[in-house]
Amino acid sequence: MEAEKTGNNTGLFWKLFTAPLGKNNPITVLVLGICSALAVTVQLESALVMGLAVTIVTGFSSLIVSSLRATISPRIRIIVQLVVVATLVIIVDQVLRAYAYNASKQLSIFVGLIITNCIIMGRIEAFALANKPWLSLIDGIGNGLGYGIILVIVAFFRELFGSGTLMGYQIIPESWYIVNGGFYENNGLMILPPAALIVVGLIIWVQRSFYKV
Amino acid sequence: MNKNSNTYTFLYATALVVVVATALSLTATGLKSRQQKNIEVEKKQNILLSVNKAGALDSVPDRNAYIEELYRRYIVEEYLVDADGHRKEGDAFAMNMKTQYDIIREINAAGVTDEEKLALRGKLSLPVFVCRNDDSTLKYIVPVYGLGLWGAIWGYVSLDDDFNTVYGAIFDHKGETPGLGAEIAFPKFFKQFEGKQLFKEGQFTSIRIVKGGAPAGDRHGVNAISGGTITSRGVEEMLKNCLTEYKPFFGQQERFKESKN
Repeated sequence: MEAEKTGNNTGLFWKLFTAPLGKNNPITVLVLGICSALAVTVQLESALVMGLAVTIVTGFSSLIVSSLRATISPRIRIIVQLVVVATLVIIVDQVLRAYAYNASKQLSIFVGLIITNCIIMGRIEAFALANKPWLSLIDGIGNGLGYGIILVIVAFFRELFGSGTLMGYQIIPESWYIVNGGFYENNGLMILPPAALIVVGLIIWVQRSFYKV
Repeated sequence: MNKNSNTYTFLYATALVVVVATALSLTATGLKSRQQKNIEVEKKQNILLSVNKAGALDSVPDRNAYIEELYRRYIVEEYLVDADGHRKEGDAFAMNMKTQYDIIREINAAGVTDEEKLALRGKLSLPVFVCRNDDSTLKYIVPVYGLGLWGAIWGYVSLDDDFNTVYGAIFDHKGETPGLGAEIAFPKFFKQFEGKQLFKEGQFTSIRIVKGGAPAGDRHGVNAISGGTITSRGVEEMLKNCLTEYKPFFGQQERFKESKN
């Protein structure tokens, strides 16, 4: 992406920020970061925290790598990028443990596994190494949010139909359930990882027909 | 300087590592006390939950302070007991049940002679927490620890002062399957334990987790989780193994002898 050559700055910022939310979405279009999308979307709350954590890491790792890009020795390029990403991930993990203990317990190892999230290295390699720090920050945040949005959409459906709750609050009335003499039962499949694949697949379908890709 | 030279690469890597290490150690040291507090409060909350306290926390502004306050009010005593049921020196709250579980697992391993068992039992330091309810009845809380399908499971069981009737129980796990084994951490499962009995005509039977459902009115069994067979079996084993080691302690209590079960 030759972002720097376009003239209007505000317009460029806006484009960089919004493209990953829709037509360049890292999950549904580039199909990156699928692994964690399966794991942390059983509940809306963990999806929100995960989306936020990934946004912070993609944003700042792009910013830092972009600021260092003129100094990095090409022979240890990937190692330097990994060190930057890993450091940010550990800091995020530590902060979550101190200030959002319950969320960090639910996400458990998946916070640490942000390091292996393809979106982050993908954005650093494809964008931050060739563009100015500011633009890279915006690009990183945009892509993190693009990831987060899909996570939240998937988690919305999985929590609502799998557990009948949203953010832990009961949405489907208790009286509807078969055990209470009603007609409804939670869909057990939604709690299991394959459901995330199905929901992501449906989102990709909807999105592709919308953008006519 | 040539960015491809060995000197540059080494210097760059060294500088990077120093900066990163400083940043990480500062973060870790700065947040450590807060993280430990969270773990401590979680343990207190679990202990309180096993005696049906600290349930509704949504409306509480400062959860940590609230739990600490409840813990001070209700948990009147905490102590360690040895395998004969006598009190032992030591900090009961700081005792990690995992270390005790490791000993208990060795005791129950195949091919261990009675002498070895005796020696192993000598190493046990089992925590007991005493809760005084508002109606001034005493409840005794013991921790349990075991293995589920994917990793550790643990919990707290509270007993009436006859040391036979379960007053409450709570379980948690490291990473059981959501919707299946992970259901042990939900009230639908652990509320079943209330009122169950550990002894049948004076014999220790523990509590069975019955696949397909315990018969109505069974005082020694609860329903297993459908689809969570191995986790359910893990809970049953955990209760049996851990509570067995507490049996001598139960046996020494006055009210236990009186009730004769």
